[in-house]
Parts: sequence; C-alpha cells; structure tokens
Amino acid sequence: MWKFLLPFAAFVALVVLFAFGLNPNRDIHALPSPLIGKPAPEFALSNVIDPSTIVSNAALKGQVYVVNVWGTWCAECRVEHEELLAISREHVVPIIGIDWSVDHGPGEREKAKQWLERLGNPYSQVAFDQEGRTAIDFGVYAAPETFLVDRQGNVIFKHISGMTQEVWEKQFLPRIAAARKGA
Amino acid sequence: MTRRSHARSPAPALALAVAVAAAAALAVVPAGSAGAFAETPAAGLDEQGQMQDPALQARFEHIAKELRCLQCQNETIADSNADLARDLRRQVREMLIDGKSDDAIFTFMTDRYGEFVRFAPPLSPKTALIWGAPFFMLLLGGAIVYRVVRQRSRMPLDE
Repeated sequence: MWKFLLPFAAFVALVVLFAFGLNPNRDIHALPSPLIGKPAPEFALSNVIDPSTIVSNAALKGQVYVVNVWGTWCAECRVEHEELLAISREHVVPIIGIDWSVDHGPGEREKAKQWLERLGNPYSQVAFDQEGRTAIDFGVYAAPETFLVDRQGNVIFKHISGMTQEVWEKQFLPRIAAARKGA
Repeated sequence: MTRRSHARSPAPALALAVAVAAAAALAVVPAGSAGAFAETPAAGLDEQGQMQDPALQARFEHIAKELRCLQCQNETIADSNADLARDLRRQVREMLIDGKSDDAIFTFMTDRYGEFVRFAPPLSPKTALIWGAPFFMLLLGGAIVYRVVRQRSRMPLDE
C-alpha cells in the first residue's frame, strides 16, 4: 500500500508546486510593494520644464493622482509613452512625472525636455530627480513604475514596467473610481 | 553575518550541525567575492570611495553585503555596478555618517523595497519555510537512506 501511496502523494505535491511555480501569468520579478496603503513619499523637486518652479506632491493632497517614474535612458518608458499620452487625453487624473536621472548628471533634464517636446507631454507636471532620492523613497528599482495615490495621500496601487491600455483599464480606472467614491 | 547560525535551537545530533552549515551556506553566501570596494566616482557624485572611519567602513561593508540589488536580483549592492546599487550604497554611507544604527538602515530599506531587499531574510512565520526547508530535506534524505540501508542489509548476500 505505502509503496504505491507515497510516490503518488509526492507526484500530487509536485503537480501542485509546478502549477504554482510554472504559471505563465505569474511574474517572478514582480515584488509586492511595502508602500501600498502607506502615505506616498513626499517630494519637492525642481520642474523639468521650468527649473525655477518646484513640483511637490504636498500640493496634490485631496485629489487622486498618478505618479510615473521614468527616464529618457529607459527603453520601456519610450514604449509606454504613447499609452501615457492617450491616458492624458482622457483627463481622468493628473499624471505627475518623475524624471529619474540615474547618472546624477544635469544632462537628463535637457534630454527629458527634448523628449517631451518631440513626443508630446502627458504629464501635468514633471519633477527632476537628479539625485535619485525620490526614486529610492518610492522603492523604485527599475523604470518605469507607476503609482496611484488616493485623496488621503496614500499609495493604493503600483504597476511595474510599461503602462498598457489593458493595465490602465483593468487596474487603474476601477481603483480611481473607488478612491473617488470612498472619500 | 549574524542572523543565520542561531536560527534554530542547538541540537546534539551531528546531522543537524551539518544541516545548519549547509543551510547557512545556501542562504547567505552571495555569488562572487566581496572583498574590494573600490568605487568609481561618477560625475556629480560625492562618493569618497572608502569611508574615513574604519569602523564605519566595516559596518558599511557588512550592510552592503546583506542588501540585494533589486535591479539585478541576485547580486548584493556591494557587488553590483548597477546605478541603483550605487545610489543605495550612497544612502547606506550617509546614514552611517548620520549615526544611524544598522537596524535603522535595514528598516529604511525594507520600508521602501520590502523584505526581498535583504539577502538573509529574518526568521519569521512568513520565512519559516525558507529556513526550514533544508532541515526538512536533510531529515527526509536521512530517512530514505536509513530505510534503504536497512532493507539491503536484510537481503541475502548472493542475490
């Protein structure tokens, strides 16, 4: 009896393990963000377009908004740019861009300006994170990452990698509607 | 390198001691060596390569070896040349100079990046499986070997 039952039990255990581990829909690189449900990190950074002004999320308290961390060095950001433009045309929520300068040089600001002039600007404001500190505060480990912040200033969702229409419609829009109803 | 070997209460069995060593080696030793910490100072960075105070430098090296570079996932921030790893090393140095404790630095990192940022996850109900699996495997293997050896010893020699 055991001779049959033990291997069979092991087989079943393996099937369960593989069903979970080899699930193609499971992104092994997706890490749960500890930021969900917590206040969005505060930032006050100089504006990419107009360096004399400051972009701060303290001013956004009371409204639902999206934070998109990107950089001109990031290929996936170029891919998602069209989708961000389409989203911005819907005028659902303000999109705050954080231009992440990974080399800490001032050159990224100029490149970002040119990028936005050439491709169009989906952002209501773009902050320049020259030192990468705001990116660290948001726990960003690879651009692009997109955060959804509710009226109380709490992060309620984080999407890693490029924005797509599907992600926007399935993940963001329902949460935005719920966040508006809730408060 | 503190949190690993006392994860389990000590047991007299030699097998367990072996398991502890094996588990520690599996769980903690990062790929590659982590001896040299020469920093290539990038433009616009106030990176001073080594820290002035050797005690702080020692703590820095210890912490940097315990933190994962999330861009590359299987390297420590001490080993990685990725931009984010460099920024996190800067963060660790600054916090050390500010007089922050090791725990405060680890908390800063896990608050932002989650437990995954730590190479050796602390023993908790959520990580019990990771810590326990090597011991379980060893016990299982030992049981199988024991059974096989006992069965064979009962077989006739000329078969």
